[in-house]
This record gives sequence, C-alpha cells and structure tokens, in this order.
Amino acid sequence: MRMIAALAAGLVFGLGLLVSDMANPARVLAFLDVGAMAEGVWDPTLAFVMAGAMAVSATAWALARKRPEAVCGGAMPGPARQVIDARLIGGSALFGIGWGLAGICPGPALTALGIGGGGMAVFVAAMLVGMAAFGALERRAPRAGNA
Amino acid sequence: MSPDWINGLLGGAMIGASAGLLLLANGRIAGVSGIAGGLVDRVLGGAGARLVTAENALFVLGLLVSPAIFALLGGEIAIELVAGGPALVVAGLLVGFGARLGSGCTSGHGVCGSARLSRRSIVAMATFMATAVATVALVQVW
Repeated sequence: MRMIAALAAGLVFGLGLLVSDMANPARVLAFLDVGAMAEGVWDPTLAFVMAGAMAVSATAWALARKRPEAVCGGAMPGPARQVIDARLIGGSALFGIGWGLAGICPGPALTALGIGGGGMAVFVAAMLVGMAAFGALERRAPRAGNA
Repeated sequence: MSPDWINGLLGGAMIGASAGLLLLANGRIAGVSGIAGGLVDRVLGGAGARLVTAENALFVLGLLVSPAIFALLGGEIAIELVAGGPALVVAGLLVGFGARLGSGCTSGHGVCGSARLSRRSIVAMATFMATAVATVALVQVW
C-alpha cells in the first residue's frame, strides 16, 4: 500500500503540474515577471495554483494532526522546526535565483524531463549535480537535515 | 478549454491532494527536492532506509510518467524553455544545491510547509519568491 500511495502521489503531482501548465517554464517566468503588471500583461496563474494546492494541503494537515500514525502505518511528521538560520535563508535565496533564471524547480523539472528536450535534460543533470554536491558537503560536515 | 485560472486552481488542488495522500497514507512530506535529493545521496552511497528509498523512487517514477498519462487522457502539453544552455546549467546547479541547503523547494516549503503554517517554510517561500522575482527583473534589464 505504501508503494502504491507513493507512486499515485507522484503521478497526481505531475498531472496537477500539467493541468495547470506549471511544468512549462515560460508560464512560471510569466508569473515571476511582475514588471509586466505595469503593462497589464502579467500572468497570475501560478498564484491560483498555489492557492488551490495550499487549500487542499492545509486540509490534509488538519486531518493529519488528529491521527496518531499514518494510514499505512508509521509515524506522522514531527512538529515543524522553528529555527530561522543562515542555511534556510541562504539556501532559499540561491534556489530562488536559479528558479528565476530558468523558470524551473524540481517538480516540473522531473515531470517535463521526458518531453522537454535536451534543455530540460541539461537542467535536470545540473540539478542532480547540485544536490549531490550538497550531499557531499553534508557528509563532510553534518548538520541539520531536510525538513 | 477552461480559463487559465480555473486550470490553475484545479491543477493546484491535484498537487495539494498528492501532498495530502503522501502525508495521510505514508506520513511523508511531498517535497520534491527532499525526495530527489534522498535518492541522489543513496545512489552515491549515503545512508538511507530501504523503504524510504523505494517510496522516493516510486514518487519520482510517477512524476516521470505523468506526461504520457496526461497525453493519453487527451491533454495538450507545451514545454517552452526560455533560458539558453549556459543559463540552464547555472540555474540547475543553484536550484539543486539551494533547495537542499534551504531544506526545501516550491513543493516542500510552498505546498506543504506553508500550508501547515511552519514559520521556516513561510520565511523560505518569501525569500525564494523575492530572489526569483529580482532575478527575472535583472535578466530583463541585462
């Protein structure tokens, strides 16, 4: 069951990105280009995607809080960490610069990998190298992990 | 075709449902950078539970095959890459490294963390939104 849930979650996530057109870098960049507001051609679609996603996700979190363990067994995630540190801010800042350069983040990158041509493959390869570089640094000087 | 904002809300609700499914069924957070990063570490010989690795691999498999299913259902897909080769390399490196250093990306901090009102996630999302908007503006001036 856990395996089917994981596969289904990946599939529905990808389909959601395709339905909303958010696997398309041009659409993401059209949202991030807030300067277009002045010309009246700004594309607000990503905000609707986030609103829809967060509404459903928040409902799931409300249900999750009432459960001692997951439906398929095992622990629920612990309470969110509270510390705002340089890693959180610095990492998020770097991530945002990369996101703004190409209009691609990890979910859309993997979703569009098979249909995005050589450019998408180049992005995914570089992203995996970036992730591996972090993993290598982390093994040398371990600190707090993923949240 | 529905208007874009309706497709956006619908697609977003599906993404939220995916995160909810992973959370309620498996007790896991649907952060794509955490999931993909865990796989990368495991491939490179890092530690990791076998169960978690299998679940991560299946989640990524679901993402990878989703365009085929979408096309089968009659959906139309257009992928328009704006950035050129060198920018894609730099962007990929920054996205991969930055998301892991910052403990999450648009899905983990955005869809999951902010929805549970995690202050770390809200701060992370505000930060990457700000630098992304600034980057797009700078690239245009260039």
